[in-house]
Amino acid sequence: MLKPDPSKPLDGAYVGQPVPRENARRLSQGRGRYVDDIAFRNLAHVAFVRSPHAHARILSIDTDAARALPGVVDVVTGEDLKGLCAPWVGVLAHFPGLKSAEQYPLAVEVARWHGEPVVAVVGESRALAEDGADLVEVAWEELPAVVDAQAALAGDAPAIHPELGDNRAFRLEVGQGDTASAFAEAAVIAEEEFRFGRHTGLTLEPRSIVADFDPSLRQMTVHHSTQTPFQMQDVLARHFGLEEGNVRVIAPDVGGSFGLKLHVYGEEMAACALSIRLGRPVKFIADRLEAFQTDIHARDHRVKARMALSQNGEILAMEVDDLTGIGPYSVYPRTSAVEGNQAIRLMGGPYRMPNYRGELNIVFQNKTPMCQYRAVGHPIACAVTEGLLDKGARALKLDPLAVRQRNVVTADMYPHTSPTGYVFERLSHEECIASLASLMDYERLRREQAEARQRGVYRGIGLATFIEITNPGPAFYGVGGARISAQDGCVMKMEPSGDIRVMVSVTEQGQGTETIMAQVAATHLGVPLDRVSVYTGDTQTSPYGGATWASRGAGIGGPAVMKTALALKANLLETAAVILQAEAEDLDIRGGAVVNRGDGTQRMKLAELGRIAYFRPDTLPSDFHPEMTAARHYVPQGYPFAFTNGIQASHLEVDVETGLVRLLDHWVVEDCGKVINPLLVEEQIRGGVVQGLGGALFEECLYSPEGQLLCGTMADYLTPMAGEMPDIHMAHVETPTLTSPLGAKGVGEAGTAAAPAAVMNAINDALAPFSAEVTQMPFTPERILTALGKV
Amino acid sequence: MDSLFPVTLTLNGVTATHEVSQRTTLADFLRQTVGLTATHIGCEHGVCGACTVFVDGRIARACLMFAIQAEGRDIRTLEGFAGDRRMEVLQRHFHERNALQCGFCTSGMLATAHQLLEGSPDPSREEVRESLSGNFCRCTGYHAIVDATLDAAAELNAAAVATGGEAAC
Repeated sequence: MLKPDPSKPLDGAYVGQPVPRENARRLSQGRGRYVDDIAFRNLAHVAFVRSPHAHARILSIDTDAARALPGVVDVVTGEDLKGLCAPWVGVLAHFPGLKSAEQYPLAVEVARWHGEPVVAVVGESRALAEDGADLVEVAWEELPAVVDAQAALAGDAPAIHPELGDNRAFRLEVGQGDTASAFAEAAVIAEEEFRFGRHTGLTLEPRSIVADFDPSLRQMTVHHSTQTPFQMQDVLARHFGLEEGNVRVIAPDVGGSFGLKLHVYGEEMAACALSIRLGRPVKFIADRLEAFQTDIHARDHRVKARMALSQNGEILAMEVDDLTGIGPYSVYPRTSAVEGNQAIRLMGGPYRMPNYRGELNIVFQNKTPMCQYRAVGHPIACAVTEGLLDKGARALKLDPLAVRQRNVVTADMYPHTSPTGYVFERLSHEECIASLASLMDYERLRREQAEARQRGVYRGIGLATFIEITNPGPAFYGVGGARISAQDGCVMKMEPSGDIRVMVSVTEQGQGTETIMAQVAATHLGVPLDRVSVYTGDTQTSPYGGATWASRGAGIGGPAVMKTALALKANLLETAAVILQAEAEDLDIRGGAVVNRGDGTQRMKLAELGRIAYFRPDTLPSDFHPEMTAARHYVPQGYPFAFTNGIQASHLEVDVETGLVRLLDHWVVEDCGKVINPLLVEEQIRGGVVQGLGGALFEECLYSPEGQLLCGTMADYLTPMAGEMPDIHMAHVETPTLTSPLGAKGVGEAGTAAAPAAVMNAINDALAPFSAEVTQMPFTPERILTALGKV
Repeated sequence: MDSLFPVTLTLNGVTATHEVSQRTTLADFLRQTVGLTATHIGCEHGVCGACTVFVDGRIARACLMFAIQAEGRDIRTLEGFAGDRRMEVLQRHFHERNALQCGFCTSGMLATAHQLLEGSPDPSREEVRESLSGNFCRCTGYHAIVDATLDAAAELNAAAVATGGEAAC
């Protein structure tokens, strides 16, 4: 297990060490400060009346009884808020042809999903607001609902937005080479239809916001459980007509995010609008039913795909047709085109695949909006590619490990461009596969599997090679017109005590951002780690930047902090040189003191440097101004985004009588470039794996044929719990990116990217003696028994 | 507006009378009336375990009890465990092992682990997994939580052996 060894002092080189998080000490003692924990004076609470229908016209709204209820402060409809909040449309220019409709905080005229907020009721307490909401009468005219994604494109399907024509939101074709010839020449064609159920992020802390508008200065302070304070500052300023500098967004402790907490949600915009209307703070904390109904959902893909293989198992080509339903709107401001776009572009990514054609169709439907959630598009592409590769290997009687070794892009091929235009700087597939085979003792497991089958025990081993997109540059959102920063910034100062304060624009949601930034700062400044404190998540006090999403914290925030630490060190040494009457290049900072670079002799502690610089600058030359602060920014360079890679393996047992899957073990070998903190990297991977296992085995947002959401509680939306989850064993390969001085690429989503594929392949491996296959996630007992012909 | 009723209970060792409405849950009472925010609310229907507290020495879901049901009872939240050796050892191992990320599940997870180790000081890995299966964690994947709980058990057992009996808890 990874623990710092107290007998070996870290000696200033904290990068690469398994340093525990200070935040974890605080949070383990119940000292977290989440939005709902913060006290406000004169606080009002908002509750919502929601659409009981998937698609319905609002005929009338009667709010009189609600208004008359003591304790109800305000009641507003969509029409009431239209003048306060400019509408938004979830389209970006780099997805040409993507269409969506205007959205307001509350539904106007028509509600388009079950649970869409329609009326907001503000009360002196949440309970009173809910009492008021119960008294609102809405008369509805039900409209035909478009529920199934395939039905959405039928000629007679009702248009969800008549002004947009049909229900097709976006269509994209990508590819290269001659797939037709490749399939004509193939020894084997593996063909399959895959289905990926809708699931959702299920942060344990629900979406939370307190908006506090001060009408005297037209300033709004928002405490928000968000990943992206600067993006939200921009959104709130533009849509409420406020000066950007008058909007302050503070993300305190955030109880999980996973991509869910960076989208614009009607309830949160409504809370801000109501605070402007009332001139007092307004709080919205989603309850769990509201979370299931309105947090973005994810996945929901039907993929028809085929892979052409040669006699010796070389991948010759893939053809992919992905249909995905995104609910009634493309979500603002990032759009709901990103997941499908990445899914069809990541297909076959780890492999030398010369020919590819992918088609994507994104459709509107009357369900909860769908948008980016951890590992955007990756689990789709990975499961389709890896599933077809295993199917082809089975037909060719080739070992799954060997067929992967045969096909991966090899070390001599970098930089390598995929058929969809992704450029890989340098990946390590061969080393990762070799490391995995040894870590899991692949040969032994195969022998045990064969023995177990003799006893009527059906175990499966599933492999999934993966790549993960990280460190997005401006190509991700900025070029499309989204005001989402591609760069990050850092301000670092030394205080008179010699302590270091680091303000950085990347944010913390539990992954350990603040700790790794402290490690980078302490290492490159030469100070003890416990003298460094890191501050994030407040637009008023941290430099502007993109924050934490798309696995960009370490890879973009890390170099920003490193550059700043080196700049501050140069400043401090310049002052030290003046004080010591030495040359700055002959000095260094180690262990929190200025030392002789050559022999390490201590010359002065940083606290002494601080004392002189701040309190006795009169002892310095009259024209000298000690610089005790530095600021730097970092833009990812060289490639549109970085890629990490690795391979996962699942070992499981299928009970062929009950259809139950028991996970026995899971392995991950990953290469996220330079590992800043192996303790945190491993827990990011493990947490990501389990979210992937949830989607593969348990989690599904189920709807009735009429579009009623059927899972409103955690009792009927199944989640992975400790008892069902396996131990997850890890190994690392480190291929630092040469594009950044730090070499880190990011690690947030790799676990989720490949875990579903590994489990699918393991189940199908277990079922191979029965010639049964499952390709629809989640793999419930019913679906497995159906595949076995038992139900 | 809701009528308020007095409820007298012992909370983290202090017995006092509070005014609550009939429909206030114990979880809302702890967080809003008293201001003890270590107890978190994740689902409000008894599934996620984030609001797990001790009622008369046994773990219970604070979202499934009304505050007035706590009349005469002894309620203990994470804030009430300062100086409790078993809890402090668990907290330290959770910190060192990074057995939490966002921290929202952690108070409930620690309460459940505390009760487990009280009744089963030397649990197997499977027993820990089974016992913690009523507490949802979205961040960690559970592996580190299981490790930390076992590490804490080992440390507490070593101390118990060294002192020739049950370590002071």
